[in-house]
Amino acid sequence: MRTPLRTSLAALALAPVLVPLAAPAASAASPSPSPSASSTAPSSKVGTTFLTATTLAPGQDAKVSASTGDYLYWAFAAAEGQTPTLSLNVTLAPAADRHGPQTWSVEVFDGLRRRQSCTAGTQNATGEATAASLALGCTLRQVRSWAEPWSGDPLPGTYYVRLSVADAPQQDLGLAASVQLHIATKGGQDDAQPEGGSLKAPLVPPVNAGATAAPGSTAVPAAGARAAAPAEPESHWYTGWFSGWNSRWFWTVAGGALAALAGVAGYTLTRHPRGRRPARYGAVPPQAQPQGSSQAPAPGQYPGSGQR
Amino acid sequence: MTTDRRPTARLGSLLAALAIAGGALLSGLPAHADEPSGGATAKATGEAPKVDLVLDVSGSMRAADIEGKSRISVAQQSLNEVIDALPPETDFGIRTLGANYPGDDKAQGCLDTKQLFPVGKTNKVEAKTAVATLRPTGWTPIGLALRGAAQDLGKGETTRRVVLITDGEDSCAPPDPCDVARELAAQGIHLVVDTLGLAHDDKTRQQLLCIANATGGTYTDVRTQEQLTDKVKQLVDRSVDTYTVTPTKTAGTDTCATAPVLTPGVYSDREKFSEHRVYRVPVQAGQELRASVSVSVDRAVARDYGVLLQATSTAGQELVRGTDAGSGRTDVASTGLRWSASMTSASPTASASASASPSGAARTDVCLVISNSLAPQPGVAADPGLPLELTVDLAAASPAPDGPAMGLGHGWILLLVLTLAGLLTGLLFGWIARWRIAVWREN
Repeated sequence: MRTPLRTSLAALALAPVLVPLAAPAASAASPSPSPSASSTAPSSKVGTTFLTATTLAPGQDAKVSASTGDYLYWAFAAAEGQTPTLSLNVTLAPAADRHGPQTWSVEVFDGLRRRQSCTAGTQNATGEATAASLALGCTLRQVRSWAEPWSGDPLPGTYYVRLSVADAPQQDLGLAASVQLHIATKGGQDDAQPEGGSLKAPLVPPVNAGATAAPGSTAVPAAGARAAAPAEPESHWYTGWFSGWNSRWFWTVAGGALAALAGVAGYTLTRHPRGRRPARYGAVPPQAQPQGSSQAPAPGQYPGSGQR
Repeated sequence: MTTDRRPTARLGSLLAALAIAGGALLSGLPAHADEPSGGATAKATGEAPKVDLVLDVSGSMRAADIEGKSRISVAQQSLNEVIDALPPETDFGIRTLGANYPGDDKAQGCLDTKQLFPVGKTNKVEAKTAVATLRPTGWTPIGLALRGAAQDLGKGETTRRVVLITDGEDSCAPPDPCDVARELAAQGIHLVVDTLGLAHDDKTRQQLLCIANATGGTYTDVRTQEQLTDKVKQLVDRSVDTYTVTPTKTAGTDTCATAPVLTPGVYSDREKFSEHRVYRVPVQAGQELRASVSVSVDRAVARDYGVLLQATSTAGQELVRGTDAGSGRTDVASTGLRWSASMTSASPTASASASASPSGAARTDVCLVISNSLAPQPGVAADPGLPLELTVDLAAASPAPDGPAMGLGHGWILLLVLTLAGLLTGLLFGWIARWRIAVWREN
């Protein structure tokens, strides 16, 4: 019964948020594919500059035809804790048309267009004049959850892939080639370092045209169009108070339980060093004292007072 | 009897749970459904993507060297397919060069470029008929044709694309087509020229590469008709995808005091070899400045190159720098930096800049200084400067993390320590309890 009401309320509440968002998003030519079923089909598009880089959805491959010597740009989003691995396969132009060896290279840049190192993979591959294809690859460092502004560590946000021909005979430039790109990611939020760190806004560059302000003006311009951004984690009312379930909860709870058990065990040890029953010391008025002499050996049972 | 009732009761509660979940889903859905539609609606900038195809119809197009067919027939058949596959929103036009003047007079032959079909919504049948009537005729005034194409496309805020299909080097220089391309690029009219060469000689290739390089386009050496068709289709599609992404033209100065004040967004400028360009960005407390710069290498430069982006205070103190260097063939040299204003009180250099800024600690003016260590190869023009693209963004500053997961622990050492602590506490309390009882009993 309350669902329609809730729906309309939600729509009302969201309307003012969505309307200003929709306008710049519409003018954004950031070729972000609609998050429909098409995201799994390989993209046949590629950009030629950072600004026009084709955005690949998570898990989406690219398969494009290009000319030897083109600079090909793709963008993808990576979230904290992930380790993206790129693998590329370049099918070279027919050997009959070529005049010498070709070197292709793949480079990865973060959202601020800073070069990112590869920890593994063939960043530069040279194919002899007879080679039919080349395989390239790059494994990035694990994306950190936070880093100092002065550092160049990989952070959540957009990453750009640039595939280019580093060296080729001039006669071979312009020949047809085709490229396949696959991006695999492993890892997730749980093993992001440093723990507890978070980047308030992912490194997702704006792609809208800027506006020059008058000197001294303090107006904050509206947020504009953005490049590929990683998916936001779901937000709940308790977000901010509770960072979510992780293995630390289990360790801590288990530790608490063990500590309690050990505490009880330790307590028990002091009370019954010789395996006596607790009832004899526990009851304040001894329940019944059939034998008056039974009190006499009791003090001797305290090792602390009696023997040591 | 009872065993029959229980499942129905369970089924009932399951249904109820499903209904609740479904209701919750439905109430959640409209919000989600709205978000993608915002991005999917038509680009509301008003301008359609514009593509002008410049086709060489000079006499040499008669040569039959592409899969046994003449160059012009290959080009015509490809164009037919391209026109058939035109995206409905594209404004498409065709300009010819060397199509009309058959004579030997170079002066007149080199003026022979004509708009075959104006840039606009294309009548596909008319366009195909017009292309079919073309016969290889005259000279090759590429430079003039490029100027004509730029005029056909007009000026505006979106990217315009020229697709140049030719089989020969320009026989009419001056104007040298590469100089024309650079001059058009320098006008900041967002013109990209993609070139497709039908002949494979070195001079043609060099010229077409130069044109493509100067305007940020691509060069393709056409070997088959299929390749030509696919490439032109790809270029038309690329134009549709990316034509609205254009930076704002700005002009940096050489000192911070006079530098233009930038807000978040993308800017373009030109920077000569070894020139410094300065821009100014106001950063509020608690904000983080993010800037990245790409210097395009649009002409022949020395083998090694580098780019430096410095953030300085208004007093000239360096706050942070981003740098990149490389060697070999490249299109851009890029780097970026982050700088957070929330660190103002912590860092001595930053506090100096804060006090220097007019409005005190709340706002810090940061100057971005862009310099390059590119050097031209001998004989390469230094003017106009290299294209430069600057992206400025302001985001919430991210303070250093204050420890992992709200003080929760992790690992075997933790368990051991907690257990030992529990044991010791238990023992201690046990001792105390026994001691107290002993004392009580004695009294």
